[in-house]
Amino acid sequence: MTAGQFFKRVMDLYRWLAVKPSGFTTIMTTEETIQPKISEPVFNYAHGRLLMPGTRYWPMRMWKSPWNLPTYRRGAAVLAGIISGAAAAAWLLGEIPPRIAPFYSMAESYALSHGVNPFLTQLAWTFIKAALLLAVPLVNALFAVWWERKISAHIQSRMGPMYVGRWHGCLQTIADGIKLFLKEDVVPECADKIVHLLAPVVVIIPAILAFAPVPFGRELVYADIDIGTIYVFAVGGVSVMGVIMAGWSSGNKFSLLGGLRAAAQLVSYELPRTFSVIPVIMLAGTLNISAIAGFQAGYWGGILPRWFIFYPVVGQVAFIVFLIASVAETNRVPFDIPEAESELVAGFNTEYSGMKFALFFLSEFAYVLLSSLLMAAFFFGGGEPPLPFLGFLPSWAWFLAKALVIMFCFLWFRWTFPRFRVDRLMDFNWKFLLPVSLLNIAAAGILIWFLS
Amino acid sequence: MTQKTSTALKTDQMFINFGPQHPSTHGVLRIALTVEGEVVVKADPDVGYLHRGIEKLFEARNYSQALILTDRLDYISAMHNNLAYCLAVERLAGIHAPLRAQYLRVMAAELNRIASHLVFFGTFGVDMGAFTPFLYAFREREMILDLFEMLCGGRLLYSYIRVGGVSVDIPAGWAEMCREFIIFFKPMLKDYDTLLSFNPVFRDRTVNVGRISASQALTWGLSGPNLRASGPDYDVRKAEPYCVYDKLRFKAAVAQNGSCWDRYYCRMLEMGQSADIVLQCLDALAGPELISGEIMAKGVPKMLKPPAGQAYAHIEASRGDLGFYAVSDASISPYRMHVRGPSFINVAILQEILTGCKIADVVAILGSLDIVLGEVDR
Repeated sequence: MTAGQFFKRVMDLYRWLAVKPSGFTTIMTTEETIQPKISEPVFNYAHGRLLMPGTRYWPMRMWKSPWNLPTYRRGAAVLAGIISGAAAAAWLLGEIPPRIAPFYSMAESYALSHGVNPFLTQLAWTFIKAALLLAVPLVNALFAVWWERKISAHIQSRMGPMYVGRWHGCLQTIADGIKLFLKEDVVPECADKIVHLLAPVVVIIPAILAFAPVPFGRELVYADIDIGTIYVFAVGGVSVMGVIMAGWSSGNKFSLLGGLRAAAQLVSYELPRTFSVIPVIMLAGTLNISAIAGFQAGYWGGILPRWFIFYPVVGQVAFIVFLIASVAETNRVPFDIPEAESELVAGFNTEYSGMKFALFFLSEFAYVLLSSLLMAAFFFGGGEPPLPFLGFLPSWAWFLAKALVIMFCFLWFRWTFPRFRVDRLMDFNWKFLLPVSLLNIAAAGILIWFLS
Repeated sequence: MTQKTSTALKTDQMFINFGPQHPSTHGVLRIALTVEGEVVVKADPDVGYLHRGIEKLFEARNYSQALILTDRLDYISAMHNNLAYCLAVERLAGIHAPLRAQYLRVMAAELNRIASHLVFFGTFGVDMGAFTPFLYAFREREMILDLFEMLCGGRLLYSYIRVGGVSVDIPAGWAEMCREFIIFFKPMLKDYDTLLSFNPVFRDRTVNVGRISASQALTWGLSGPNLRASGPDYDVRKAEPYCVYDKLRFKAAVAQNGSCWDRYYCRMLEMGQSADIVLQCLDALAGPELISGEIMAKGVPKMLKPPAGQAYAHIEASRGDLGFYAVSDASISPYRMHVRGPSFINVAILQEILTGCKIADVVAILGSLDIVLGEVDR
């Protein structure tokens, strides 16, 4: 294939991606590209504005009962189809480790028969697993950004991205990523250049490292270490350094204020977040995250799962404190004061552009996923099914489903709540969350005493 | 409001240019802030970045041409500017607009008040970090703009209210659409309350923040919802009824505390009142004595030459007491035209109430005063 042919292929692919979903003829020749023919209007246009098919522009009282609209019913049917299709695929695939084991043993025996050092084999396998783990936050960001845009759009009675990727703008994030990648990287004149460069790196590396001991299902964990819980909080806490560095090195007063706010907020909220997990650790008797998830297997009375969220009072309080503190840790509304747009322009990432900005963005979504996974593991039984007869689905599917539901809450909060004020935020943490989490530890002790 | 300053740790004060390019200054206002950490120790609003010399431009145009300049003052509620200007010129020239035109004026002005307060509601939410109410508010505002587009062709700058009356009568089917909108809109106000007004985080940000006492408000010459939020029940529509406001049933929204939340909620209540006024106007316009009334005063010359003298007319605009002071030397253009813009008066109080609050409160207070820089700078 010549370079010209390759370029033509790429352009064809691009055209396929960028073209409007339907209503155009599928193959566009050169003449049609110049003067595109629109066969049928796909959407209703009213005064030049785009409407959902099936809706009338005036009056909008129609919106009061959307289930009368065939569009909504069709949407619900499509959603149900996607979910049941995904469940069927998960059922067919089954648990991951038994699927991978034969490939691994085959490769290992091949390497051993060719006289490769077993240590090197192990090392190569570790690298492959690390590469897979690295893909988790990246793929998550691709999905989560698109999901957030769709959720925000539907909450705000808009449609969100609809064009790139043909189906509901599903490749929008890739287009955004390409845009960010091609953008000029602007470093301000008065910035501390080295620190300015290092800050996004310092933010993103802990965000990826923190995924190491987090399970994605039964026995599906990169590093099954005994101090997993402590490791996650310790490594995740390093990211605040990067935020402070970003705020300080930008040479911008708004960035500096954002960095200071971030330092105060993130360090404060680490405490209730960690303390709220202590009851879970006390009840499970281990710090290993996959062991904590495994501890919650089984059912009370054969119906109520033995998840920590269902432990009377202690479980619910711990979960709520952990959820609130996690939202604050990830700098999202209503705790997004370090990057409060209406006050501090964009806070600590005001002076960042292109891929450096994308790294901050990536780390934010990585932490959202991490918090969701941790909550699924600590409070919702990890990979355990919610009802006994649902055990036919593999554990990773349940884990993912629980994490996604919690992640939806993160996105939902963001588009519903206003923002806290910085001093009220601190009051809320030190005068409410921290005492509550400490009391909860005492309550957990009493609960254990009752149970024993 | 006052913040205890620590004597143990001495820190430098920082100077921040809050604006003119800033997401929440609603235009090109600059506030020179001196902050100590997060606490403001000195605030100095600096206006003039949008100055276009409109008051001088009045003197180079005749009375009907000058109407389009008034649209450009408070561009969020242009109807009120048209109305105040026309009232001043009519008083100067001794013209009396017919009754149907008066009702049409009031109806257009009240619809525009709803649209203007919806912009306030949306942008105030954005200032507080809640983005969703903004889109809800603009969804409803679009419908009002569509009504105006059907009525006079303009979506933002109307020039609908003319000297002597209004430019056109309502088209066929318009009244039904307007009613449909009001029926749709009234329950929406409850939605806004659930979404934003009584949201605990929102109330935490706004209740008891940026409090203006009644005497302070009167001293600084505040007007409109900003004044009524502090207690004084002064509404030009009630105090000096113009057009047909003495024939309409409504209540001026009054609050007591003068905090950001009170100013916000006064406007929310006013939207409901305005919707009721619009319905009353529609009923009156469909009545037997007005259904075929004139919309323009008889004998208004194309080139208006009012007798030498001066006249002042003021109305209750969306942002407060909007007055036009016209001086005529019996020529075709005004000798002097002065605008009493409520936003310009309201912005001055910032230097007093911003001192001692947090940076986040600066945004809340500025948003709650609801200034439009087109009117501040003129």
